[in-house]
Amino acid sequence: MAKKTENFERPDGRKLNELRPIKARVGVIPNADGSAIYQSGDTIAIAAVYGPKKMHPQHQQDPAKGVLRCSYNMMTFSVSDRIKPGTSRRSTEISKITEWALEPVLMLDKFPGQVIDIFIHIIQADAGTRCAGINAASMALAHAGVPMKNLVCSVSVGKLDKTLVVDLTKEEEDFEEGEGPTDIPVSMTPDGKITHLQLDGKIGPEQLKEVLDIGKKAIEEIYEIQKKALKEAFN
Amino acid sequence: MDKVMTTPGTTGERIREYLESGKRFDERDLLEFRDIVIEKGISNKAEGSVRVKVGESEVLVGVKMDVGTPYPDSADKGNLIVTAELLPLSSPRYEAGPPKFPAIEVGRLIDRYIRESKFIQMEKLCITEGEKVWNVYVDIYSINDDGNLLDAAGIGAVAALKIAKIPGYNEETGKADYKHMTDKSLPLEKEMPVTITVHKVGKSFLVDPSREEEDLCDARVTFGIKGGVISSIQKGESNAIDFEIMKDVIDIAAKSVVELEKKIEKALK
Amino acid sequence: MTERKIAIPGEIIAEGEDYLPGEWTEKREGKIYALKYGLIEEANKLLKIIPVSGTYSPRRGNVVIGKIENITFNGWVVDIGAPENAFLTVMEVPQYVNKDALEEVFDIGDMLVAKIWSMNKRGIDLSLKAKGLGKIDEGLIFEINPNKVPRVIGKEGSMINLIKDNTGCDITVGQNGRVLIEGDSIEGELKAKKAIMHIVEKSYIEGLTEEVENWFKSQGGLAPKREVSKDLEDDE
Repeated sequence: MAKKTENFERPDGRKLNELRPIKARVGVIPNADGSAIYQSGDTIAIAAVYGPKKMHPQHQQDPAKGVLRCSYNMMTFSVSDRIKPGTSRRSTEISKITEWALEPVLMLDKFPGQVIDIFIHIIQADAGTRCAGINAASMALAHAGVPMKNLVCSVSVGKLDKTLVVDLTKEEEDFEEGEGPTDIPVSMTPDGKITHLQLDGKIGPEQLKEVLDIGKKAIEEIYEIQKKALKEAFN
Repeated sequence: MDKVMTTPGTTGERIREYLESGKRFDERDLLEFRDIVIEKGISNKAEGSVRVKVGESEVLVGVKMDVGTPYPDSADKGNLIVTAELLPLSSPRYEAGPPKFPAIEVGRLIDRYIRESKFIQMEKLCITEGEKVWNVYVDIYSINDDGNLLDAAGIGAVAALKIAKIPGYNEETGKADYKHMTDKSLPLEKEMPVTITVHKVGKSFLVDPSREEEDLCDARVTFGIKGGVISSIQKGESNAIDFEIMKDVIDIAAKSVVELEKKIEKALK
Repeated sequence: MTERKIAIPGEIIAEGEDYLPGEWTEKREGKIYALKYGLIEEANKLLKIIPVSGTYSPRRGNVVIGKIENITFNGWVVDIGAPENAFLTVMEVPQYVNKDALEEVFDIGDMLVAKIWSMNKRGIDLSLKAKGLGKIDEGLIFEINPNKVPRVIGKEGSMINLIKDNTGCDITVGQNGRVLIEGDSIEGELKAKKAIMHIVEKSYIEGLTEEVENWFKSQGGLAPKREVSKDLEDDE
């Protein structure tokens, strides 16, 4: 299988473990307590954080700890076939996945009865939008001064036929040869704590373990970019 | 924290007093817009898209097209669909959930201003009369609200329409083909419409309010103007404007729109 | 001041036994980690993070600027820009209050300068029983990032005094990031506001006081600063 991997050519000429070019910046929304924009290739996510603040409505308050509330949405013009405005089943699920991905690093016990709101919008999509959204949200949370154990970084690892690659594009997601495409978005802290893992497709257990190793390496690269953006914002 | 608390009364008094002496807190003239920046092509999946900044207010506008059926009373014309969302991302004042009146009003006003100005030659967007026509969607999102999102949205809508390219049309499926975009622009009138809102604050009239000034607005009148011709109006907020004063408001709009047009033209280059 | 270093959450800011973990840091397996985005500060081997962003966290003793949100039978609910509810009881108002007409003292929307005298699970209790506290009758009120308040005030009030001297305005900086400016002219108030916004923007540069002095010079001289300008002449 190793030989086959070497011969696989990606449509955009990237190496198998090569991420798309990344641009990241914080402080893009003056009104927000924290904000960030994260671009990976042709996928662009923007995120704003408001809070910790009073939870409305009151019955949703948790007296023991703060609540993280994420909202993920794609702009109507972020894909070729216009998306209807408003939430969908897909966006509702990704919003929840994003909450789960980020909550483990947040020290929510410090904010009983309060809420932290994160709003994520995909401006332009070329696959990996949930990962870009999580990366933007993680940076926006840090930028908002929310106490955190660590940042969270997210990437999708793909299996195209039998070959593992990182950071799939839409074109790669639509790959149809051999065993077809398997999409495995994963989120981790830079020290390797997995906070989000999904998979669609088919893969054996051994190769899936390899996916985690590949994901970990990619996440270390993403972390450096997030870190740099946060440090550069400060002057 | 509530970083955008509504303007306190004492500050409001200062703003009104200063306006009466013809001055604004940010040193602008009463009829002067903030700097306008237009960035083109913010989504490569849109047929046309822009980021518009008016001072620190920011909106994204995207134009999408697909093939639809015409309305019976306009069987040979394309359709225009405008939506606006005031995102909770853009201000602590906006809440999640279904669109509330302010967002609906922005969408409605931009729709009427583009439609009534006849900026888009809708009859040229007919594919097969009575059967297939192009739908043109203009979708507006607020990114940061620092006042006057409405006029910013108006600028963005026109700018996005101006740069939009029509998708290919697949005769077999009868659908749009986004993989084969044409290099054809939308059929637009040469002259672009401009939307401008005149705000009444205390005894003063001004354009392009900051968020603080917007908080103090007693009444506002939004005009859609193309080539000196007014084609849409909405008077907003529940304070009356004396009919003689309304004549002044019309003059203010007609005069200010000339400067605004120049600013937009410059930003579009 | 040495070069200031910024930490991001989860970053290791020290290893070994030379340092102790202070505010917004924690020690795990011999390493000190940052728990917040902010400046690393060291004092007597204690490492802490000074936040540069984030919402206002109220503390006992803070002087804040609030807005009356609601009136109850025995006091007022006040918005101080904090997630917790803040409350001012009639007992903490140093004047006669007609309990049947609380709105005569403070009506909804009124602004006031108050002090946090107690904090508990129920919320924040405010008081007006100290000098400089009470209703704001007039003046310019605006908001800044509450994390920048210490820079705007300066060491022992040096920075805020510099602005007062150069503008002739009275200035109250609430710890919650709300600022009140009162002067003889709106121009003077706006100049003071501009100076404060300038400090907020440049807040972490070295020699900030000098920078602000130069800024005032660039803004057309030190107009109402009577005594000091005489001193300058004497020096020459």
